[in-house]
Amino acid sequence: MNPHGLRLSQISLTHGNGQLALRAIDLQVNPGERLAIIGPSGAGKTTLLRLLATGLQPSSGQYELFGVAAWALSARQRQRLRARIGLIHQAPPLPPRQRVVTTVLAGKLGQWSLPKSLLSLLHPVDPAGAAAALGRLDLADKLFERCDQLSGGQLQRVGIARVLYQAPELILADEPVSAMDPVLAGHTLSVLNQDAINRGATLLASLHAVDLALAYFPRIIGVREGRILFDRPANAVGQPELDALYANAQLQVSVPETAATAPLNLRYPQC
Amino acid sequence: MLNFALRTPTTLRDPAALPRMALTALALLLLWPGLRLSELDLTVFFQDASGSAMGSFLSAFWPPAHQPEFLQLLVRATLETLAIATAGIALALLLAIPASLLVSRALSLSALTRGGRPVWWAQLLRWPVRSGLIVLRSVPEIVWALLFVRAVGLGPTAGVLAIAITYSGMLGKVYGEIFESVDPGPNRALLLAGSSRLAAFCYGVLPNAAAEIVSYTVYRWECAIRASVIMGFVGAGGLGQQIDLSIRMFAGGEVASMLLTFLLLVLLADGLSRWLRERLT
Repeated sequence: MNPHGLRLSQISLTHGNGQLALRAIDLQVNPGERLAIIGPSGAGKTTLLRLLATGLQPSSGQYELFGVAAWALSARQRQRLRARIGLIHQAPPLPPRQRVVTTVLAGKLGQWSLPKSLLSLLHPVDPAGAAAALGRLDLADKLFERCDQLSGGQLQRVGIARVLYQAPELILADEPVSAMDPVLAGHTLSVLNQDAINRGATLLASLHAVDLALAYFPRIIGVREGRILFDRPANAVGQPELDALYANAQLQVSVPETAATAPLNLRYPQC
Repeated sequence: MLNFALRTPTTLRDPAALPRMALTALALLLLWPGLRLSELDLTVFFQDASGSAMGSFLSAFWPPAHQPEFLQLLVRATLETLAIATAGIALALLLAIPASLLVSRALSLSALTRGGRPVWWAQLLRWPVRSGLIVLRSVPEIVWALLFVRAVGLGPTAGVLAIAITYSGMLGKVYGEIFESVDPGPNRALLLAGSSRLAAFCYGVLPNAAAEIVSYTVYRWECAIRASVIMGFVGAGGLGQQIDLSIRMFAGGEVASMLLTFLLLVLLADGLSRWLRERLT
């Protein structure tokens, strides 16, 4: 049905502490599709993305990626599969003393031979490629700076530049714009989307900001308490779905009077 | 309004307080038998006979010897000591680096999806390497030196081999632990992007571990200088052999000069370590 996309069937995942994070998830994504995952904090968005990145093994269920069952592979084959997946972290784990150019070039470690990787530590083998990836995110001037000299939003963009440079077939982004101002967040999301469209790559991004998800992604998945609550085109997501997704029994938010006149999305988290 | 009251713990007593106090009490209790067993008795310094014996030995230290022939000998012995320590550490690194990579959990692929814990058989495979390192460092270098002096004869070679063997055990163990103690995030992110383990190590672990590795290695080099002096006493060459000869000939001035040289070497190592640390952090 989707020979090169991804397919989750009846995936459940229990964390080491016994907490049930994902319950019986079914999901099919065709190659080249672009999805946003929305949902309240602690709903399992990050867990779902880490599972898709083969960073977590499901407790039960079947995960098929690019037509193969990811957890039936040998460790070596799974490393080759992982080279085709790019995971963007919310707070990218980067060594503080590493230079930005090295950090970005590290995106291709899965594709480079070991000698080439080690050579690149002595002298960057492709500074032009790294500069191009950074340039798309307006960071080209930071090429030779150290990671600990950058702000949180800049670090996030360095993490995205690494995945752009990696050019994976499946891009997974975990809150990729959470540390950026609204203008930059919009720009960065459009760069990610454009990259996916140009290369025919599949893109899944979890987002806190509902308005950004609706504006940039054709398909929206609502996740709540480890389940997929709804899965529909962006233009079919309305107020009732969002109300059900973000309804919270514990937090009784007293809405100020002015909120009643505010536009539709203002009660939901924005960037 | 947020219902934080629901989450306030019912009791404010620190659950870690009791174990901590018990551990402190245990440490203090163990200290006393330790002092008894080591027969430590500081009053010996204040007895007349031993005081004057030490005094006369020390008084011969002034002035330090500085005859040209002796200085020439001293420079040669110092260079020999430095060479023994450096060659020994270099040889030790050849064994310590691969061993530390094998023994460290930082490079485990199976730990990636299991919250940092490798599968049991991988842990089992680490044991032979770990025990190998323990064997290497549990035998004191002086014993290795005595062994090698019999095998390869008197001279610096025995010292180099003895340092290489003991220090590879120490360096391998500590390197492995440093690799495990740095932030695993960068390494895991690279492994998740399909990187090979060695490449992920060089890009993800090494930048964070470099300063500590260098500082520990330089400290061990300093220790190796000291060790090579001690091994000189059993005929492994260098400053130690000269100190041994001078003490036997009651040439206190010569001993003093050599101890001063020694002080300079340690100062040098200390300065080098600090400079490298500043460069790397």
